[in-house]
Parts: sequence; structure tokens; C-alpha cells
Amino acid sequence: MSASGIDRRTFLRASAQAAGGLTIAFYAGPLPLRAQEGAPAAAARPLPDPNAFLRIAADGTVTVVLAHSEMGQGMWTGLVMLLAEELDLDWSKLKVEHAPVAAAYAHPFFGIQMTGGSTSIASEFDRYRQVGAMARTLLIQAASQKWNVPAADCRALKGEVVAAARHAGYGELAAAAAALPRPTQVTLAPPSSWTVIGTPHKRLDSAAKVTGRADFGMDVHFPGLHTALVARSPYFGGKVKRFDGAAALKVRGVKAVVQVPSGIAVVAENFWAAKLGRAALDVEWDPGDGGTIDTTEMARSYRALAAQPGGVKAKAAGDPVAAMKTASKVVEAEYDLPYLAHAPMEPLNCTVRITADKCEIWTGTQLQTVDQGPAAQITGLRPEQVEIHTQFLGGGFGRRATPTSDFVREGTREDDIHGGYYRPQYFHKVKVGLDAKGAPVAWQHTLVGQSFLIGTPFEGMVKNGVDPTAVEGVFDSAYLADVPNHLVEHHAPKSPVTTLWWRSVGHSHSGFVMETLMDELAKAAGQDPLAYRRARLAKHPRHLGALELAAAKAGWGTPLPRGRFHGLAVHESFNSYVAQVAEVSVDRGAIRVHRVVCAIDCGTAVNPAGVVAQLESAVVFGLSAALHGEITLRQGRVQQSNFHDYRPLRLHEMPVVEVHIVPSTERPSGVGEPGVPPVAPAVANAVFAATGQRLRRLPLRLA
Amino acid sequence: MDVPEDMPLLWVLRDVLSLTGTKFGCGMAQCGACTVHIGDGPVRSCVLPVSAVGDRAVTTIEGLSAGAVHPVQQAWIDEDVVQCGYCQPGQVMAAAALLKAKAQPTDADIDAALSANLCRCGTYQRIRAAVHRAAGQTGGRS
Ligand code: FES
Ligand code: FES
Repeated sequence: MSASGIDRRTFLRASAQAAGGLTIAFYAGPLPLRAQEGAPAAAARPLPDPNAFLRIAADGTVTVVLAHSEMGQGMWTGLVMLLAEELDLDWSKLKVEHAPVAAAYAHPFFGIQMTGGSTSIASEFDRYRQVGAMARTLLIQAASQKWNVPAADCRALKGEVVAAARHAGYGELAAAAAALPRPTQVTLAPPSSWTVIGTPHKRLDSAAKVTGRADFGMDVHFPGLHTALVARSPYFGGKVKRFDGAAALKVRGVKAVVQVPSGIAVVAENFWAAKLGRAALDVEWDPGDGGTIDTTEMARSYRALAAQPGGVKAKAAGDPVAAMKTASKVVEAEYDLPYLAHAPMEPLNCTVRITADKCEIWTGTQLQTVDQGPAAQITGLRPEQVEIHTQFLGGGFGRRATPTSDFVREGTREDDIHGGYYRPQYFHKVKVGLDAKGAPVAWQHTLVGQSFLIGTPFEGMVKNGVDPTAVEGVFDSAYLADVPNHLVEHHAPKSPVTTLWWRSVGHSHSGFVMETLMDELAKAAGQDPLAYRRARLAKHPRHLGALELAAAKAGWGTPLPRGRFHGLAVHESFNSYVAQVAEVSVDRGAIRVHRVVCAIDCGTAVNPAGVVAQLESAVVFGLSAALHGEITLRQGRVQQSNFHDYRPLRLHEMPVVEVHIVPSTERPSGVGEPGVPPVAPAVANAVFAATGQRLRRLPLRLA
Repeated sequence: MDVPEDMPLLWVLRDVLSLTGTKFGCGMAQCGACTVHIGDGPVRSCVLPVSAVGDRAVTTIEGLSAGAVHPVQQAWIDEDVVQCGYCQPGQVMAAAALLKAKAQPTDADIDAALSANLCRCGTYQRIRAAVHRAAGQTGGRS
């Protein structure tokens, strides 16, 4: 049983089923970190095998092996910092690499090798420090034996063990250290003596990435490598009715046309030939049930469904129906949230080399363990014969936690935008009753949207019928906890459109709903949005800490330049607390975001520079969705295809982003995702301040 | 080189010459990941047929500097710009071209030159700062 409460067998079962062509994903939502508090950290877990994580060469080169994938979130730096807190490094002799797939690299919370859920630092906070401490202990012991001085007189400093006038590089001591029995216990440096943790550190992968030397999945080349592109059904769940590959085969460089489970693959000498070959394919599709999907119609049916009883009860207390009748004021609101594509900059791709006794895979993946099983089954090899060379990920955002069993050498942007695995379309219907002082006393909240857990191998994570990825941010909301009468229900309609976690998962829609609703409630109560939230969050100090810091830094309540307006939001996700104040102007219907002030409480900020960068990134990701993001379908076909009609934010739209970190001695919590949920509501609330228009659908469009 | 005339320069670089520093992001001049220089000017190599290059000199990210020593690359490192990094060869090439054309760009110049280069990780604020730094401007905006 892992700390997350998700048991390992769930994942193994998932892996086994993947060979049947199912898509696998992980869930790494709210972790009961609090349950660990008070327990001696890591006491229950044996010390890690330091050799799996650290190699010291005779020349003093120290190689740190990463159990988590670098996808922009900064693990190439953050995990090394954890280790370096205990083993003082000569940073000029440092190498970093992704781990191969092996049991040693299982995620400390989830039990499989994976990256996600904003848990990399949170989950590795002990393990990488322990590895550093074990190495330090052994190197010092080796030096003390070599020099015949007490270990207590030796210390590790910048790649060397030193004792009085003596010093020896880690490389000189490595062989002797490796021969010593491993310590069974190590003492980690207390926070008061940290010199690395909490000090901003520049990224260690910059030079490789600004010179084009960093290898992404798409950059793998070896002699004999072919490129395959798959023509997939333009309809979700559609099937090939008939195809003719003759014209494709005539394209120069095309080697083969083969039917595969997901469609028709065109195999060619290079990408361009595969692309031309695919365009020349003659395929007739049977659209199946997916042929009539219309997202406007879907929104209408979700709205109707929300009015029906029979949703799964995610949270209930008191008698909201009776309490609503006695409320002084009732606020009712409905919200529409679209499908969203992740659209990482690097289109999805995977490179495979199969020989008689080995299958090698090069890809940027968030799910190594889950990839290994199906690859073994497809190739008929044992799992340990499947090697995965994790490459840099050209963005993940959850999308690279969806391995399919297809052999896909490369995909185009259109494949990505059309390819599904979207953030699900959602509808929320909310009714809140306020007492005479404006405090909520009754709260009815119905969500309608697809579950990407139900009916998948990950169904085991659904507890008592409640899919946490659907209702998180509502059923566990701090606001709701203090409302004596409430009911949260979820309807999970089915659709052939595939859906998935998208940076911040359920919080990506619930954060918008809860925080724009809070503004409506404040307005109904005749109170300032900040003051109103303060009163609601009186028993939630970490929410309040972030809220007060952001409000103070943004100058909430002080006059702004003419035409500028503030909106704020605060939301907890991944055990972190983020507040944002957006400064917005509206000119002839166009929303312009000028500045976003963020405050985050993520517990101990291991690399404050990385935290700041992730918050900047989250603001852009959130704004892209708030201002532009929408995947729509008509007659079963996705209407967007590339970056011209699925628009991420561009440089000229970039606001000034300021990030402030709430000082904290708590254990580290999530950073990559928690900055996303408050963005859209902070902007929408500012738009209300500017125009009086309450926007309850995304992307934001003024009437 | 024996390649079809209509093959975009990007795929000649990546698949034929194994120069994979230049990236593929969209294939339709929408993202700038494939930016290279022809002469001193930035070009979207994903939409440029190789036959259109003629005998002009093409500079890719691999050819920008030996090591990360170009002022733009150094500024990118100093400002801690990169995240996933996939867009960054294109950003660096676009910024280097801008600075060749205009040594002291304003924010408006930077917006005009670099808004065609997408970064899904959202490193824009640092890109602006890094261009100013590479131009030797400390304060930045004008
Ligand atoms: S790949 Fe050329 S502009 Fe996007
Ligand atoms: S750094 Fe990831 S897309 Fe720009």
C-alpha cells in the first residue's frame, strides 16, 4: 500500500490490460500527505539502494540518476538539489540522466515508475536526500580508514572528503566506499543547516536545450530507422471500412502500408514521405457512434442531465433542500467548460528497435512501468528484455501519461489536436443559500462530465462510485467544509471521445467554478471579494496565507490606473495553495491581462527558482485556456486542427507575472499544476469588475 | 543530395542530415519551432521546399555557435529561460536574427519578432528579459 492509498496491484492490472490496446494513465490527485505527518518520515521504508541513483567515477564525475522524467518542470535540477543537500557536490563534475526502467525507481507514493500529479519533489524529498547521506557516510568512512583518522574529523566538501590538511576526491574514494557495508540508518541535515534546499538554483539542462543538443523522443536516429504515420478515424471510435494503399505505395520513400488496430499505418524512409503517403491513402471510415457527436448538443444534454436526480453522491451533509428554503438569499449559476487538448510542443512520438532478444524504446514518457508491460506482451519478450530510454519530454501536461500500444514513430500536430484524450467537457449547476450575514448555509452542486477512470483499468481508484478526478476542488473544497447543509453529485455520461488528465485535472474546471462563484456570493452578500473569502477561510490558514500575500503584493483595494480592474482567486490543489490577483482591462470586447500576482504555499520550496518558473508557466497555460482554449466537435469531427485555431497564448499577450512564495516549514507539496486553477477565475472576476458581466463559460467571451 | 524537391528544408535537416536541433511543432508556419536562418533572416523551415533554398547559406541551431557561447544562448542560460526546451532552439534562432537586424530592440520589436514563436511552457516573460540581456540592456523596456 502506498502513501496515496492506491495499491500497486491496480497498476499491475492496468499494465496487463494495456496489451489489449487500452490506453493507460495514472492518477496522482490529492494525496493524503497529512496522514504522514507525525509519523517519523521514511522510517517505515527501508533505505534506497544508492547505486541505483548515484554513480561516482574514478575521475570524480558524479552521475545522478533520475527516477522522474524531465518535462520542463525542473526535475533535472530539483532532484539533484535534494541529493546535493547531503552530498556536497563539485557541480562542474556533475552528470544527470534519466533512469532505465527498473523496480528501484518506483515512485515512492505510487509504486510504479512514473512522473505526474505534481508529486516528484514531494515524493522524493526523503529518498534523494537519503542517497546523498548514504554516499557521504560511506565516502567519509573510506577516507577515515585510509587516513586512519576518526570519521567525525572528516567532512564532505565540493566533491572531496577533507580532514585537516588531508583531502581526497570522491572519485579516489569511490571504490573503497563501495566495498563497505551500507549504513542502515542515516541522519538527514535539519532545515536550519540547509544550504541547497531553499536556495534558488539555475536549471542544469539549459545549455543542452539552447544549443539543440538535448535529445527529445523525436530526435532519435539510427541506421535503418523508418517513420510510420497512422491514418486514424476522423471519428472517435470509428473503424476502417475499406482502404486502398496503392497510391500511397507509389509515393517516393514509402515502404509499406499496413492496417493496425488504430487505423492504417504508412511506413516510410522519413517523415515527409510518410506524410505524403498518408495523404495519398484512400480510406473509407465507418464512423460508428462517434459520427454524430456535437459539443453544443452535448452541453445541452449535460444541462438537462444536471437537473435530473441520480448522480453519484460525492459529498453530503445536513439537509440542503430544507436549508435552502430558509435562506435569506439564493444564488443559482450554471457553468460550461469545453474539451481541451494538452498540445505539448513536441508532438507525440515513440521510437522502437526490436531484435531477437530485446525491445528498445526511446520516448518521452511519464509512465515507464506501464509502457514496459504491453511492449513485452506485443513483442513476446519478458518485461526485463524491454529497455526504455527516457528522452527529454517536449512538454507533458498529462498527455504523455497515455501510452497506446500502437507503433507510432511520429505524429503531426493535427494528429495531436484531433487525437482525443482531452480534458473532459463539463457542466456545473450550483445553488447556494446565504444567511442574513451572507454566509452560505445550503449548497447544492451537480457536475456533469465524463469520467476517464470509470470503465478503464484505473477504475480501482474510484472510491464508492466517486471519481475523485471529476469532483476534486468541489467535494474537498475548504468553502464547502463549513457549509452545514450540502450535496455534491456527479453524473458521468459516456462518450466515444477519449478524455484524460490535463494539467491540474479536475481542478482545471472546479477552480473556475468555485472561485467565480465566490465572487458572486460576495456580491450577493454585499461584501468585498477579499473580505468575503477571508471570512469563509478563517479556519484554513494556508489558504489565507496565500490569499493575503497575493492581495498585499498586488495592492488589492488600492486605486488602479484608469481602465484597469482586479480580480482574485485562491484554490488548493495537490496539497498546495495558490492565490492570484489578475489586473485586466477590457477594450471593445477584448480582454487584456496586464499583470498576474501569484502567491503559493507549497510547503518547503526546494528550488524557489523552479517554483517561480512553474507558476509563470501555469499562468500562461491557464490563460491559454481562459482566453482561447476550446475543442469542439460537429458531426463527429473535431473542428480545430493546429495552432491557428487551437491557440495557445503568444508572447504579445503575455502579462507581467510576479510570484511570491509563502515561507513554510511543511514538507514539499505540488508545484507544477496548482498554479493553473486560479488563473481563469481571477481573470473572469476582473472582467466582472470591469464590465459587470458575469462570465460562466470558458473560454471567456464577452456578450 | 538526392531528395525530392518539394521536401521541406526541416525534414532534410532532421531526417536526411540528422541535424535534429531544429524542431517540428506544427508543419504550417504557426509555431516557429523549426526556425533557421537563411542568410541573416529567420525562416520557417517546415514550409520551405528545399529547392527554394538554392545556394544560400542555411544556419541551424547547431551552427549558431560552438558550445552555448552565442550571446543569445548565454542570456537564455542567465535568465533561466528554458522549461521543456522543445521550442527553445527556434526561440534562440528567432532572437538571434532579431538582434542582427536590430541591436537594441524595444519590447514592441521583441513582440513583433517573436510572437510567431510559440512556447507551450509559457517562458515568454523570460524570453523578453533574455533578449534585452543579450542586447546588453539591463533595464529592459522602452
Ligand atoms: S514547425 Fe515550422 S512553424 Fe511550426
Ligand atoms: S520551453 Fe516548452 S514549449 Fe517552450
